[in-house]
Amino acid sequence: MDFDLSEEQRLLKESIDGLLTDSYDFDARKKYQKEKGGWSKAVWSKLAEQGLLGLPFAEADGGFGAGAVETMIVMEALGKALVLEPYLATVVIGGGFLRHGGSAEQKASHIPGIIDGSKTFAFAQLEKNSRYDLADVSTTAKKKGGAYVIDGEKFVVLNGENADTLIVTARTKGSRHDKTGIGVFLVPANAKGVTRKGYPTQDGLHAADITCTGVEVGSDAAIGDPENGLPLIERVVDEARTAMCAEAVGAMDESLKTTVEYLKTRKQFGVPIGSFQTLQHRAADMFVALEQARSMSMFATMAADFEDAKERATAVAAAKVQIGKSGKFIGQQSIQLHGGIGMTQEAKIGHYFKRLTMIENMFGDTDYHLRRVAEGGLV
Amino acid sequence: MDLAFSKEEIAFREEVRAFFRDNVPPETRRKMVEGRHLSKDEMIAWWRILNKKGWGVSHWPKEYGGTGWSSVQQYIFNEELQMHPAPAPLAFGVSMVGPVIYTFGNEKQKQHYLPRIANVDDWWCQGFSEPGSGSDLASLKTKAERKGDKYIINGQKTWTTLAQHADMIFCLCRTDTSAKKQMGISFIVFSMQSKGVTVRPIETIDGGHEVNEVFFDDVEVPVENLIGEENKGWDYAKFLLGNERTGIARVGVSKERLRRIKELASKVESNGKPVIEDQGFREKLAACEIELKALELTQLRVVADEGKHGKGKPNPASSVLKIKGSEIQQTTTELLMEVIGPFAAPYDEHGDDASNETMDWTAQIAPSYFNNRKVSIYGGSNEIQRNIITKAVLGL
Repeated sequence: MDFDLSEEQRLLKESIDGLLTDSYDFDARKKYQKEKGGWSKAVWSKLAEQGLLGLPFAEADGGFGAGAVETMIVMEALGKALVLEPYLATVVIGGGFLRHGGSAEQKASHIPGIIDGSKTFAFAQLEKNSRYDLADVSTTAKKKGGAYVIDGEKFVVLNGENADTLIVTARTKGSRHDKTGIGVFLVPANAKGVTRKGYPTQDGLHAADITCTGVEVGSDAAIGDPENGLPLIERVVDEARTAMCAEAVGAMDESLKTTVEYLKTRKQFGVPIGSFQTLQHRAADMFVALEQARSMSMFATMAADFEDAKERATAVAAAKVQIGKSGKFIGQQSIQLHGGIGMTQEAKIGHYFKRLTMIENMFGDTDYHLRRVAEGGLV
Repeated sequence: MDLAFSKEEIAFREEVRAFFRDNVPPETRRKMVEGRHLSKDEMIAWWRILNKKGWGVSHWPKEYGGTGWSSVQQYIFNEELQMHPAPAPLAFGVSMVGPVIYTFGNEKQKQHYLPRIANVDDWWCQGFSEPGSGSDLASLKTKAERKGDKYIINGQKTWTTLAQHADMIFCLCRTDTSAKKQMGISFIVFSMQSKGVTVRPIETIDGGHEVNEVFFDDVEVPVENLIGEENKGWDYAKFLLGNERTGIARVGVSKERLRRIKELASKVESNGKPVIEDQGFREKLAACEIELKALELTQLRVVADEGKHGKGKPNPASSVLKIKGSEIQQTTTELLMEVIGPFAAPYDEHGDDASNETMDWTAQIAPSYFNNRKVSIYGGSNEIQRNIITKAVLGL
């Protein structure tokens, strides 16, 4: 049992923290937001140069063969700096599908573009009424000769507006809620029949609603078994949830730091407001919430190595519950303790609150995951 | 980062588990499971079994009879003990006064007291809190006046846990009334059988008798019963209170109670099906399990940190343990109340009435719920814990 980072992991943390300290203060973030697509190609290139985009890929595929802990380190740093670039969509999710389900050819043709920063991905999964149910897929992929024809609508596709490649879930067999008959397809974003309607999200990222109308892809576009893709989807989404937990811990950590700093400097009644016990105890409760969240983020990360798939999924669900609760508390109380200034777009603190709120509502909220744990049982 | 215990640690856990299975008297275990009070003899009998095995003061340095276990082994031992469940060694002796004596006491005191603590030849109690000195402990008024080779002690202590069983007390007394309040306190130990010591029971809301008032009326104590230096008692008290960081979360206790909740919730029906199948109840149970899992991980982070980097600089996360640990213990007792519903009401006046079949397994549940309100009050109330986080961690 060991919770320390290895020497290499410590260096990784220093490297990403250093990069973001230099290039990602709040003013820089505002500038990047205004760039085309809503994030900085220059920062993305720097991430590529430092090897961060290649971390989780096998060495044989040109990556560094890093594990879940390394992803946690990176995501936590991205969360602290409120990074806009599509690491989650591209490296964690896009990369996750290729790593766990991709054929040798798919890996060879897609992974190098991720690693060198030239290509980004988006996961087109959510449908109008599917909410958090990954098996609820109405979009269809019908076999036509040696090809598939994809039809359907996908919503709130993170990085969907900018991605070069979409990973689309579509039904090859059965009806809407069936657990089998779901395929996962690599679809070029510029394929004929793909229309994308992009927009900014509440937390300053970008997403798109995507319609596929008679989109034809080859049979080599299917990642894994086109008739039984759900286990792969669940696995990759669990990795995405785990990564988001780490990102949230980073955001919570920085929220608390910023708030404590504010309590020390803001004066009312002639004294720093941090001298008031009501506010001190609130901050102490935020610290408790943060440490519990950090523990569960680590738990979900280490659960990636659990052999039992159900145990792994339960660990991730439990972590998402804790992160949801802690994130809501820390996010809301950070605003409260900042008072009026916390309500302004100009102050950084509100942006952490918004990102934490969006993490809560992605890939299953607190109640959804609580129900999953209640059905499975943890102890 | 690695969550798994090593092969050696897993083997150690098996050894500890097997020892408890084979050696904890079944009747003692039953009473623990059902939340009943144990008699003095039952507790001492078990602790002597533990001490005979060499595990009575496991966390002490080897030279004083400890085991030399790693932090992780100590953690495993505590958790297995709590989960069995079996009574933990008497904290007042083993975790509180013992470490003060071997750290600050003289050779004669060490030789006399330490083996007696390990074998519970003396039952120790703690003379800290007073009617006017709770969270503000340093304001205590009990006075020890030096007269020749004796201290004359006058005053009152309260919330003295199990003083009715005690042979010895370690007591914070004011020896210098002119100094700043923290500076004039001394750490003095003496026999509860001394002339002028009176113990009066305090009945708590669960109907139990755990705590007492203790009165000192011209109690004469030889000066050699002073531990360490005169007027340095506050430092020793702080050492004592900071000494036991990781045991305080009582993760194993809550795990065992969750097991009990599931057992009873499978037996009790609601709307024609076991309570355990009720969606709303399951979600509350799951929420509690998740909180406990997070606490367990936080605890393991602290334990691993201590194992690797020593106990010198406490991990900031350790201050979470008391607050969360007590909240979760309280939640588990609330869930038990919820399971038994209207059968929470019958009150077992005789303590262990096996003649009434329903009462036999329900009657201790409400008292345990009432009694567990104490866990967020004692050992530095949760509000004091927040003060500590505020100052020590957040720097406010």
